[in-house]
Amino acid sequence: MSPAVSPVLDIPPDPGPLQLLRTGVSRIGAMCLVELQKLRHDRTELVTRAVQPTLWLLVFGQVFTRIHAIPTGNTPYLDFLAPGILAQSALFIAIFYGIQIIWERDAGVLSKLMVTPTPRVALVAAKAFASGVRAVVQAAAVMIVAALLGVHLQAGPLRLLGVVVALVLGSAFFCCLSITIAGLVLSRDRLMGIGQAITMPLFFASNALYPVQLMPGWLQVINHINPLSYEVEALRGLLVDAPARLALDFGVLVVAASVMITVAAALLPRLTRG
Amino acid sequence: MTEQVPAVRCAGLTHRFGDTLAVDHLDLEVRPGEVFGLLGPNGAGKTTTIRMITTLLPAPPGAVAVFGVDVATRRTAVRRLIGYVPQQLSADATLTGRENVALFARLYDVPRPDRRGRVAEVLDAVDLTDVADRPAKTYSGGMVRRLELAQALVSAPRLLVLDEPTVGLDPVARDGVWQRIEQICADTGMTVLVTTHLMQEADRRCDRVALMHRGRVRALGTPAELRDAIGPDATLDDVFRAHTGDALDENSGGMRDVRAARRTARRVS
Repeated sequence: MSPAVSPVLDIPPDPGPLQLLRTGVSRIGAMCLVELQKLRHDRTELVTRAVQPTLWLLVFGQVFTRIHAIPTGNTPYLDFLAPGILAQSALFIAIFYGIQIIWERDAGVLSKLMVTPTPRVALVAAKAFASGVRAVVQAAAVMIVAALLGVHLQAGPLRLLGVVVALVLGSAFFCCLSITIAGLVLSRDRLMGIGQAITMPLFFASNALYPVQLMPGWLQVINHINPLSYEVEALRGLLVDAPARLALDFGVLVVAASVMITVAAALLPRLTRG
Repeated sequence: MTEQVPAVRCAGLTHRFGDTLAVDHLDLEVRPGEVFGLLGPNGAGKTTTIRMITTLLPAPPGAVAVFGVDVATRRTAVRRLIGYVPQQLSADATLTGRENVALFARLYDVPRPDRRGRVAEVLDAVDLTDVADRPAKTYSGGMVRRLELAQALVSAPRLLVLDEPTVGLDPVARDGVWQRIEQICADTGMTVLVTTHLMQEADRRCDRVALMHRGRVRALGTPAELRDAIGPDATLDDVFRAHTGDALDENSGGMRDVRAARRTARRVS
C-alpha cells in the first residue's frame, strides 16, 4: 500500500502564476483524456449525434442548393452551409454540458473534483476544453459526411489546425455559458428548458444558414454579438475558402471563451453549496 | 510541525443556510492516526461540517485547520492533505476502474513516473486488481465504494474523509469496505474522519466518536466511554437517545439528503 504518512508535514507554498498555469494545462490534459476515453468506450453517441447534422446537410442543404433560394455568390450553398452545420453540431454538444455538471453535482463527482488541488478556473477550463475535444471528434464525422455529399473542403494541415482551434474555442464558450446557467438555476429541468430555448435562437441569429447581408437590421446586430457567427466565419474561411476576418474571428473567440470561463468558475461553487 | 498537531481542529465553527443554523459553534479535535466518527441523524450538521473541513463550503479564518493548516486561507494546501469520498456513488460508470483512479492521480499531481505504479498499488489495496480494466458500470455497489476509496487514496493523503461510506451497502459489502479502511490505516497511519448514522458501525469501527444533534456536539469520547456513561448494557443507540431526548427530528434531513441517499441506495442495489 501507500507509504506510511510522514511525521513531518511537507506543505508546499501556495502556487505562483507559473505554477497555476502549469496546473491549468495539466488539468485540461487530464479532462480531455477522460473525454477521449469515454468516447472510446461508448461510440454510439458519435453516431447518434451525427444524425441531425447529416440530415441538415442531406435534406436542407441539398434542397436549398437546388432551389437557389439563398444567394451565396460563387460558393455552392452546400459548401456555404457545411461549416455552419459543423459549428451547430459543436454548439449542440457544448450547450448541454451544464446538465452534465448538474448530474455530476447530484452524483457527488463535482464535490470530489472540487476537493482536488485544482483552482476553479482550471477545473472549468478543463471541462470547457474537454467539450471541445468531443466537438472536434464529432466534427470529423460531419466533415466525412460533407465530403461524401460533394462539399469542396480545403484540408491543409494549418487549415485543419485552425478548424480544431475554432471548434475548441467555440465549444469552450458555449460549454461555459451552459455551466454559468447551471450555476444560476441549479436545477436540471430548468437548465434543460433554458438550453432548448436559447440553442435555436443562437443558431438562427448567426450566419450559419444564410449570409449576414440577407438578415434584417435587428438580426444583424444580434449576429455581431453572437460568438457562433465568428466561429462559423472562421470555419468557412478555413474549410471552403470563403472571405473571413480570421484575426478578428479568433480574437473574439479567445476573449469570449476567456470571459465565460471566468464567469462560470465564479459560479461553480454555488452548485456544491446547496 | 510535529505529530502533536491535531489532524482536524474546529473552533467555534458555525454555518448557516439562510435562517437555518446547520452548524452551531462546533468545537472538535481529531487526533492524528485515529478513526473518528461523526454521528447523528440526517440534518444533524455532519455533512455541512465535513464540507467545511474539505473546503467545499467557506469557513471563517481560524475556525478550521487540517494538520495546522487553515482551511480558509490555504485551501489548495489543505486539499493536498485530504482524500475525500462523498456520500453518493461517484465513480464514473463509463470509465474502467483503472481510468477512474488514474484521473485522480493526475488531478493530485502524482508524478508521471510514479503514476502507473501508484494506481496499481491502490487498486491492489482495495482488492480490485482483477477487475481494474472493466468498466465501473459492471461493478457491484461494494466494489464501487472500494474503487472510490482507491481514488481518494491515490495521492497518499494524511486525512481520509468519508461521508456515509456504507450507506445502501449490504452487511458483507460494508464489512469489505471497512476491512480495507482499517488495513490501510494500520499500514499507513492515516487519519480517518467518517460520518455515519449507523450507531453499531461506529461502535465497532471508530476509535472515538462525536455525537452531533442540531449542529452541536452533544457527546464526545470512545464508544465504550459513551456507553459506560449511560449504563452497563447501554448501546450507542441508547447514548444517542439520552443526548437527543429520543427525538429523531421530524425536520431533519432535507429533501436533497433523502434524494441523495435514495439515489445511492438504488445504484448499489
